[in-house]
Amino acid sequence: MQTLYLAIVILALLAIVFGAILGFAAIRFKVDGDPIVDQIDNLLPQTQCGQCGHPGCRPYAEAIANGEAINHCPPGGETTIKALADLLDVEAIPLDAEHGTEAIRTIAYIREDECIGCTKCIQACPVDAILGAAKQMHTVIIDECTGCDLCVEPCPVDCIDMIPIDVTPVSWHWQQPEQLIATSSLPHSHGESDHA
Amino acid sequence: MVDYLLILVSTVLVNNFVLVQFLGLCPFMGVSSRLETAMGMSLATTFVLTLASLCSYLTYTYLLEPFGLEFLQTISFILVIAFVVQFTEMVVHKTSPLLHKVLGIFLPLITTNCAVLGVALLNIKKANGFIESILYGFGAAVGFSLVLILFAAMRERITVADVPAPFKGAAIAMMSAGIMSLAFMGFTGLVAI
Repeated sequence: MQTLYLAIVILALLAIVFGAILGFAAIRFKVDGDPIVDQIDNLLPQTQCGQCGHPGCRPYAEAIANGEAINHCPPGGETTIKALADLLDVEAIPLDAEHGTEAIRTIAYIREDECIGCTKCIQACPVDAILGAAKQMHTVIIDECTGCDLCVEPCPVDCIDMIPIDVTPVSWHWQQPEQLIATSSLPHSHGESDHA
Repeated sequence: MVDYLLILVSTVLVNNFVLVQFLGLCPFMGVSSRLETAMGMSLATTFVLTLASLCSYLTYTYLLEPFGLEFLQTISFILVIAFVVQFTEMVVHKTSPLLHKVLGIFLPLITTNCAVLGVALLNIKKANGFIESILYGFGAAVGFSLVLILFAAMRERITVADVPAPFKGAAIAMMSAGIMSLAFMGFTGLVAI
């Protein structure tokens, strides 16, 4: 009988001590958030345009961390895909055309004499780059605008234009040739189920 | 000194945990499809097995044996090993993100593995001393790593090979594991431990 009590006491003691230490460690060694999500989020263009199918850049960063493909971001284009591929140590893949194509970088411009001050574009803007109030003329803060197109559709008088930004030496990048490496197309690929 | 060397050779080659004693088969089949993950798993296993044999030896010698509670070995070993690994994982996560990236996901995976408990229980059964226990655990882990990495390299080549349709996937993996096991039987009789 004594052995029984001893066994219970020893096991209970072990469990309590270990539990206490683990509980302490969970607080003492707490790590805030998932650092990889922050790193991915930093590389995304922060247009919050939603073309990837997620409600913003951070949700897409979380999705990438959970294994989604890295080529769903048209505003970021090839540069972003390359940076993501470097960070995550995966192959860089071409942009998925399903989510849109890499366009020339544009910003919104409001033709101010036509603006009726309806504030609809202000509500649509994901980055709060449009200034204005009800029945007052609106205008776009150029430095804040990400060129996401989201304000164009809500405008009832179609007074918003997307105008391309001039290419500067900083934003210009070399156009890669289409076919750099000769690839051979195999007449019969091995392991396919044609002959199975 | 020769004894220690014998323990290592015995656990790595002759009594290999995976291919001869058939312990730790789930990570062997599960994590061997890519060489990189196999290496991460090997590192984590080496760490956990060595630590587990050390902790279980201390628990058995200084806690269970003095009170005559040897029958509690299985449950208390699980408790101790799970605690130590979980604790280490937390500390590593906080102090070294790089190391955590390599080992992180594998540490909790290997914790409750049969190979880990097997090493602890076999140590007691063989009445190994302190250093012998640690060497036995380390040797078992090196053996596991060797086989896992060899097997992963093999499977990477098999995926591009022209395998007949009925044998594709798990079937060919099982068969190659069996043949590997046969090959390791060739070491039998090299060391008698």
